[in-house]
Amino acid sequence: MELSKKQIQHLYWRAGFGVDPSDLNKLEGKPLEVLVDELFESSKRFAPLEMKLAAGASNQKKQSKNEKKKQAKINKTGLHELNVLWMTQLATTEAVLREKMTLFFHDHFAVRIKSPVDNLTFNNLLREHALGDFGKLLVAVSKSPAMLSFLNNKQNVKDHPNENFAREVLELFTLGRDNGYTEKDIQEAARAFTGWSYDEEGNFVIHQKKHDDGSKTFLGHTGNFDGDDILQLILKEKQTAIYLTEKLIDLFIGRELPGNRAEYFASVFFNANYDLQTLIRALLTSDDFMDARSIGCKIKSPTEFLTGMTRLFEVDFKEKTTLVQIQRKLNQELFFPPNVAGWPGGRAWIDSSTLMLRLKAPSVILNFGVIEWDEKGDMPEDKLIQLEEKRDNTQAKVEKKMQAYPNWEAFEKKMKNEQSRLKEFLIQPELSVGAQKLLAVSDSVSLKDQAIEIVSLPEYQLF
Amino acid sequence: MERRDFIRKSALASGILLVPSFLKGMEFVSLDQLSGYKNVVIIQLSGGNDGLNTIVPYTNDIYYKLRPKISKKRADILQLSDELGINGKCVALKSLFDSGELTIINNVGYPNPNRSHFRSTDIWQTASSSDQYLKTGWIGRYLDANCQSSFEAIEHDSSLSLALKGEIKKGIALTDPRQLFQSTREHYFQSLVDGTNSELLTEDNQGYLYKTMLETYSSAEYIFEQAKTYDSKGQYPNTKFGKNLKGIADLIVSGLKTRVYYTSHSGFDTHVNQLATQDRLLEDYSEGIGAFVNDLKKNDRFKDTLILTFSEFGRRVSENGSSGTDHGSANNVFVIGGNLKKKGLYNACPDLQNLDDNGDLRFSVDFRSIYATVLKDWLEVSDKDILNQEFNRLDFI
Repeated sequence: MELSKKQIQHLYWRAGFGVDPSDLNKLEGKPLEVLVDELFESSKRFAPLEMKLAAGASNQKKQSKNEKKKQAKINKTGLHELNVLWMTQLATTEAVLREKMTLFFHDHFAVRIKSPVDNLTFNNLLREHALGDFGKLLVAVSKSPAMLSFLNNKQNVKDHPNENFAREVLELFTLGRDNGYTEKDIQEAARAFTGWSYDEEGNFVIHQKKHDDGSKTFLGHTGNFDGDDILQLILKEKQTAIYLTEKLIDLFIGRELPGNRAEYFASVFFNANYDLQTLIRALLTSDDFMDARSIGCKIKSPTEFLTGMTRLFEVDFKEKTTLVQIQRKLNQELFFPPNVAGWPGGRAWIDSSTLMLRLKAPSVILNFGVIEWDEKGDMPEDKLIQLEEKRDNTQAKVEKKMQAYPNWEAFEKKMKNEQSRLKEFLIQPELSVGAQKLLAVSDSVSLKDQAIEIVSLPEYQLF
Repeated sequence: MERRDFIRKSALASGILLVPSFLKGMEFVSLDQLSGYKNVVIIQLSGGNDGLNTIVPYTNDIYYKLRPKISKKRADILQLSDELGINGKCVALKSLFDSGELTIINNVGYPNPNRSHFRSTDIWQTASSSDQYLKTGWIGRYLDANCQSSFEAIEHDSSLSLALKGEIKKGIALTDPRQLFQSTREHYFQSLVDGTNSELLTEDNQGYLYKTMLETYSSAEYIFEQAKTYDSKGQYPNTKFGKNLKGIADLIVSGLKTRVYYTSHSGFDTHVNQLATQDRLLEDYSEGIGAFVNDLKKNDRFKDTLILTFSEFGRRVSENGSSGTDHGSANNVFVIGGNLKKKGLYNACPDLQNLDDNGDLRFSVDFRSIYATVLKDWLEVSDKDILNQEFNRLDFI
């Protein structure tokens, strides 16, 4: 099947953060399987985020009030740095599929903890396994200081089990809510995880004295199970493959599939022993993926929205923390999921206040808050001058705050071959009648002004 | 979609929804006109507030036996009755209790309780049974059935909860009316709104974006213009929750024609070292409510306001190994207002002798009975149309 440019854009949006327009010609004519191979190839290498942090600093137990305050400040700055580091990696990396899946697991295994060290380690752990074996990832996550501390497993001890981790591992990480387990299963699993903890250096340890080594009955099996046994028993349930597959269908294809297609993909995943690469390849090369109904049907997450823009327009944020502030405004601050279930996603990204911010964001980031749109024709000259003055004022104010500088020269160069299809390149779904009218009456002539108008449309929120 | 729904929906969509000129015809109401214009403020204590350390059964031996580390001692509480006392941090709530402006409904829950935050929150917000999955919130369905405009339900927060999402209409989420208004002042977007025909919008995500945009336009100006009239100087706690309450007070006193306000106060998931955390959160809650009620009283709006506070579940009666509590089930609900029929303790204390298999409290009042009461007896609409079922109403209002 010959892929259209729109379909190639679709692949790169869903498996990454959009395609570089100058690459489109090179990619055209290649079969889908080859393009998907190339995506995996460029994501083969695992490049961890690297940051110099005082190891263990945040794991100290006894601190005076002053020390605590100091520590809190260090943690906050550390998390901002980490955030910016990741955003930079997202904006520049070739390993887009690996980063896409890291983002997916950042949401799937959502933790919200204060320690930058533990966050960094956890994030790299997700990145390392992002295209590998889900079973191994699950075990590694369960033994990480980030998860152990976030879901209170340090406090899960014999005689006084704490169910927090056991409940979420079933409800959110594997089987899915109310999918074939009981309250009793949660309690028994919690017993098996008793004693799981980590030391000052962040190494996983089992405190044998705090571990309940009695017999447990879990999902119908009985034995002296420990936490590892529980995780393996969960992986034996096909429901785990079904639940993960449903989430990945939503990630890549973005719509409910008819008939038994979801079941088919779940079997692929289960039979491949939870090899993520096998499942992702099956999804991306499927007819369901390239179906016209899949193109442009999803709402971008704030991170996808921001990253897509930053990559294409090569935006240089001189004041890095601006990136964090924008994320916060759009309700997705990395490393701060709202709770253990992660970000609700989909339509939940959009309500009255976030939509208007998201429509405004492109012009704020790319042109200091101004959309130079005027209707062709009849504006009197004095009015035009007035308007331009007002716009200059706005730009001066917004520039001070934003300090974001796109590279228009580079953009124009990259767009050389695609200039005639600017709309088709920037927007994945069909434009609404209203949007078409709006662009048709625009008197903008420069590529820059036209591009800003287009990415300010509601359709740019979709991919 | 059923044909009947479709017809109803199209009629609504074409008639009232999103016609920009409809705003022009709307007059802003003055304060006297608003007298008797009732509204309800709904507050969710997110994370599962421990009801037993909020309203404490301070004479119950079982309570002390099951909570050796985290029980509230007699000295830590303010006495409400021979059996119950309120957490000592809730000074403002205690005085509302004394003045007959607070009703505490114990043992509120639903059959087959779900102990997941997310699921139980959904159940409370959609008013579903525990085996029923609804995509619309109960306030959203109220908007669909009874309101003309999105701004009749406002959530003071950075995003909109499921509770306020209806099939056709959604409430408005905002933290600052000015910011929302300014975001609609862009010439480019205004032209897009003017050039968009709401009847042609589709059911997919693209249609959803456009509908949301049109609804925002039709509400933002009204809210902003109206909200300019009042800026409270009350002493609210300097927290996110305090700011949200102040924002709501500003909107109510300004005379917005909004019937439902929604906000939340989060952090109640106290699996570890519960005492300090919960005390701080409850103090914040109580102080905020105190300032809020004072504000409304000063402006003569308290008599028309009902404040409903719930949490997605209560917590287990026994403490866990980390001086905290795990997820439980039944819990207390607070109703605050200037026009309460039944004041103080509405019903019997929690029964600690008769716990369920998980060691959790059993419910005796279905939360949907409270919703039904608020809908029928306060907002004066058909509760059955919104809740899809008849529930026994209570007599607190």
